[in-house]
Amino acid sequence: MSTPIIEAHGLTKRFTVKKKTTEAVVDLTFSVDSGELVAFLGPNGAGKSTSLRMLTTLIPPTSGTARVVGHDILREPGQVRARIGYVGQLTSGSFAQRSRDELVSQGAFYGMTRPAAQKRADELIESLGMGGFSGQTVQRLSGGQKRRLDIALGLMHAPTLLFLDEPSTGLDPQSRANLWEHILRLRAEHGTTVFLTTHYLEEADKYAERVMVMDRGRVIADDTAAALKANLAGDLLTFGFATAAEAQRAAGIIGQQTGRPVRHPEPTVAELTAPAGDALLPSLVRALDAAGISVARASGVPPTLDDVFLALTGRTLREAGEGEPAEVQETQTETQLSGARS
Amino acid sequence: MTTHTESRQAVVAGNAAIDTWHVLTRELKPVVRDPFTLIFSLVQPLVFLGLFAPLLIGQSGASTADTLQWFVPGTLVMIVLFGTGATGSNLQYEMMTGSHERTLVAPLARSSLLVGRACKEIAPIIVQSLVIVAIAWPFGFAPHLAGMLVGLVLLAVFGVGLGSLSYALALATKDREWLFWGVQQTLIFPLLILSGMLLPLDAAPGWMRAVASVNPINWVVQAERALFSGQFGNPAVLWGIVSALALAALGLWVGIRGIRRSN
Repeated sequence: MSTPIIEAHGLTKRFTVKKKTTEAVVDLTFSVDSGELVAFLGPNGAGKSTSLRMLTTLIPPTSGTARVVGHDILREPGQVRARIGYVGQLTSGSFAQRSRDELVSQGAFYGMTRPAAQKRADELIESLGMGGFSGQTVQRLSGGQKRRLDIALGLMHAPTLLFLDEPSTGLDPQSRANLWEHILRLRAEHGTTVFLTTHYLEEADKYAERVMVMDRGRVIADDTAAALKANLAGDLLTFGFATAAEAQRAAGIIGQQTGRPVRHPEPTVAELTAPAGDALLPSLVRALDAAGISVARASGVPPTLDDVFLALTGRTLREAGEGEPAEVQETQTETQLSGARS
Repeated sequence: MTTHTESRQAVVAGNAAIDTWHVLTRELKPVVRDPFTLIFSLVQPLVFLGLFAPLLIGQSGASTADTLQWFVPGTLVMIVLFGTGATGSNLQYEMMTGSHERTLVAPLARSSLLVGRACKEIAPIIVQSLVIVAIAWPFGFAPHLAGMLVGLVLLAVFGVGLGSLSYALALATKDREWLFWGVQQTLIFPLLILSGMLLPLDAAPGWMRAVASVNPINWVVQAERALFSGQFGNPAVLWGIVSALALAALGLWVGIRGIRRSN
């Protein structure tokens, strides 16, 4: 077993604004192994970005420690910086600079020789499809083009650990899919560890191997998306009947078989939430059939990570994102939340 | 793969001088790519040269050549005051749009982010000064060549100091653009008038002359006038050099402190 690439112990960040102290991140303790793809999932203001900013040496923690790629974030920030890549929420390229110039400058910042930086820049321009705009100034790029440049800048020095803060915010579905293609290819080819924050449920669900759910500055769950859903949420099974009387009788049988509460969203409908619903659904239909109740309709809907969040906090991600003081770094993404879930 | 990357990255130890060079060359790229931006920012000094200098000539009764000999060196200081003095807004914009954050995560000595930017200011100062001199030349402006060279170096040192202070102001005001411009505009006009750049301060009331005598920009202006006329022995030259060096030292000190606290 190799040493973890990230080890955080009790990381805590408090901000004091106008004598009012808010706890952005509380007692964050976790470790990430080399090669993992981890996502911080949570609503705006949950503390995801603040956590990332501590791990990338941008802000010091109020208390706690962390080692990133073998170096302490407080004692050896330079060593940490040399080994990580970071793609922030905003635009990494300076608006007055041309895209390719920024890539070459970035290479120089990380100690690459000029020819090596130019070669690497051209590789990234090729692989990220930036050829059409590599000679343009950043201010003239579209949102998707800017984001591709951000990613390329984060990859210039081929970091062993890449931090991405809300990488696909503001991207259309096509660009988002492209972006993920690159991130996944990067991992496959170089074994890069990827650590990202997101409030896009589908993104965490589909790509991350490990999801750390964050809410109000704390990590409240940490597992694979599949395990989180199986253990915390369960499938939603819905049965439709011809009459309300049948629905009532069916509820009794279903309750007996599963030991779970059955709800009636409509008089002729019975529904319940249960793990392993795909196996349960046919067996319940057979049991109802055997009892002489004919099932008119049946459906099983697998849970989403939003259901997980609801089970953990009693709120949906959308509700959690609203009406809470968003972190400074996260305010700009506020508007995307509703779009992400539609 | 991992060991390869490790060995390459381990070289990066934050050598401030090399980092400063990299920051400087990055900052110069837009200027080299699009040198005409330098000409556009010359509009203001050209307006003063074209519309204010004739008034001076009419007022004083001196010849055009004599008036320009007095007025042009001040115009060069004006370029620095208005151009370089506003350069912090570029950093402020980068702080707000995100690219400053990117450079903070890069393994660069923090001081290099400021010093490299401040040194970049020298390029537009020299180019713009030479353009102004070239435009004034046909109208009778006759700079002393060696004096002009020393004058440009003095102007560069002054620019590094003022630029650093402008960056420091951007770092202090963060995302509050109104505060940056409020402070900048509040300071710049009194400094302009109290430097004797546009009109001589000889006829000013005593208190104004007293304030002007401790205004480093006033000394830089006087030194430039002396140098462009080849008067190396003029005590104003010494005071101008002392003022510019002091301002550069103060600016770099305040600026480096500011950037070290930046996050």
